[in-house]
Amino acid sequence: MQLIQLIIDGVASGCIYGLVALGFVLIYKATETINFAQGDILMLGAFVAFSLIGVLGMDYIMGFALTVVIIAVFGFFLDSVVVRQIIGQPPFATVMLTIGIGFILRGFASIYWGTDIFSFSTPFSGKITEFNGLIISYVNLSIIIGTVILVSVLYLFFTFSRIGVAMRASSENQLAAYYMGIPVKFIFSLIWSISAATAAIAGVLLAPITLVDTSISLIGLKAFAAAVLGGFGSIPGAIVGGIIIGIVEQLCGTYENYLFEGVREISAYLVLILTLIIYPRGLFSDKAEVKKV
Amino acid sequence: MRFIFKTNYAQDINIARHGGDKFWYSLLIILMLAMPLIIDDFYLGEISYVCILAIAGIGLMILSGYTGLASLGHAAFLGIGAYTHAFLLTNGVPFFASIPIVVIVSFMVGALIGIPILRLTGMYLAIATLALCFIAEHVFIKWEHFTGGNRGMPVPQPEIMGMSFYDSTTFYYVCLAFLILSMFAAINILRSPTGRAFVAIRDSEIAAQSLGVNLGLYKALSFAISGAFTGLAGALLAHYIGYLAPDIFNIFLSLTLLLLIVVGGMGSLHGTVFGAIFVGSLPQLIAICRDYLPSSVGSQPGLEPMLFGLILVLFILYEPLGIYGRWVKIKLFFQLFPTYKKQTFKKQKVFTKSDRV
Repeated sequence: MQLIQLIIDGVASGCIYGLVALGFVLIYKATETINFAQGDILMLGAFVAFSLIGVLGMDYIMGFALTVVIIAVFGFFLDSVVVRQIIGQPPFATVMLTIGIGFILRGFASIYWGTDIFSFSTPFSGKITEFNGLIISYVNLSIIIGTVILVSVLYLFFTFSRIGVAMRASSENQLAAYYMGIPVKFIFSLIWSISAATAAIAGVLLAPITLVDTSISLIGLKAFAAAVLGGFGSIPGAIVGGIIIGIVEQLCGTYENYLFEGVREISAYLVLILTLIIYPRGLFSDKAEVKKV
Repeated sequence: MRFIFKTNYAQDINIARHGGDKFWYSLLIILMLAMPLIIDDFYLGEISYVCILAIAGIGLMILSGYTGLASLGHAAFLGIGAYTHAFLLTNGVPFFASIPIVVIVSFMVGALIGIPILRLTGMYLAIATLALCFIAEHVFIKWEHFTGGNRGMPVPQPEIMGMSFYDSTTFYYVCLAFLILSMFAAINILRSPTGRAFVAIRDSEIAAQSLGVNLGLYKALSFAISGAFTGLAGALLAHYIGYLAPDIFNIFLSLTLLLLIVVGGMGSLHGTVFGAIFVGSLPQLIAICRDYLPSSVGSQPGLEPMLFGLILVLFILYEPLGIYGRWVKIKLFFQLFPTYKKQTFKKQKVFTKSDRV
């Protein structure tokens, strides 16, 4: 019974990793770059939500929606103004650029909002439900349901909407998509904005658990583990990878005595390195994307 | 404009390309040796720190600038170097025996880490080294027997020929000597077949492979050499800090090293020194900036990472060749005056694989 309880908690935190990893994967599939600032965008989302809900006193749903819109617009301009300029340079440049952007965002947040730890009230805070002796908090439930809704919406969007199909086309083959009259640059910026919005949603959902401060941007790094485990470039892989990482982390935390001390904090990174060494393709990759020497 | 008349193939790999080089670099070395006579102790300490940064920069430059492998985890090597050195000194190993051991240990660790990880390319390598940095920091915290954990670990300051490391002049000369030695070693590695193989790997893996370069071997070697230099810098850094705590060797330090090589200029050893001077003086620059900003902004701790990121982004966007690249451009501008063309330094763009199946 304890095991099931742990798994439920793990799934909830894993969904957050999955959502952030989803952001990586969307951008990677389309532009073959990795956005190292994803975790910082999540942090920004949580802070904006805090400003709207906690300070301005907005309704939770309204504040949530407005946060997502603000961050999505931010993501759009991040690509079209900054990141696009270095297309054609080696991957190292993108890595450095997005790390730099991450630092700017984190520095900005700690200057503008300060280094205190904030929280804002949500409809889920502090409520729990019991089911056959399992204790499920409403916050965890909100995260799991939120993830399911978001992933279904994204699935429908990519399968049935015109823009969604155009996005898939441009990430398959930029040149061919361009010949077919798809505005590839605009589509790429749109993908950045969707992935920023995903991170913002993750940030707002996460806020009641971890509270809001600048250190939550580190979640972005754990989400790398999720993305790599799922096979970079696979959307279901990102979510499944995230859930696995979340569960592993919970289990390592509880059974720490059997392993070694402090294994919980580095378990995600250990999984990441082991995946890269043993099975670098990841679980859901449809082809060998990682080149081996 | 100087034209070098080559009469011998060996001239291509001369350390000094012409008489001017010899003259200016000798002058520089003499100036550096005379430095304690010119400036006071505080600035001497700062210059020692710049020397240490430059050694670490050489390490990362060999890996990233010359072999083209991004590492976000070099703080781990600094940490390994620093802790090994402090541990050996505490247990009574003399300074000059400890340094070679540190270099060998970091070389071995670099090779050990390098072999499995280097099957990965580009982004994956960056992510894996990032994870390594976290794991290393964690090991420094938890392995209390060796590192003292969160309580930290004092670094004994040895004496060399009757002169203590507490004296900043002695420490300055030690750092300078190691910088010159490392620079010399790096130049020699890079003009040897090994160094040429590194550059070949950076420019095109396929081309390098078809010319008979064993990719796995040379990448692991690059990682190990880079680790050795950075470990050496870590040992000196231990003396500079005086008291080791695990949170010194965090991801921020790794990124500082990356900032160093990007700002200095990727793919040039000059760049490491320029970058080290820049990174070393950054805290002072920020302190000056604080005075001019309104106190509500200026007193915030977030200012440093923000400026840090801003400088990184601006360099990547507007001067990817760094300070040294800018210097080369300015020099060429005057050499070729009025016929300088901007296109000289235009880089060939690499496009993403558009036709992935």
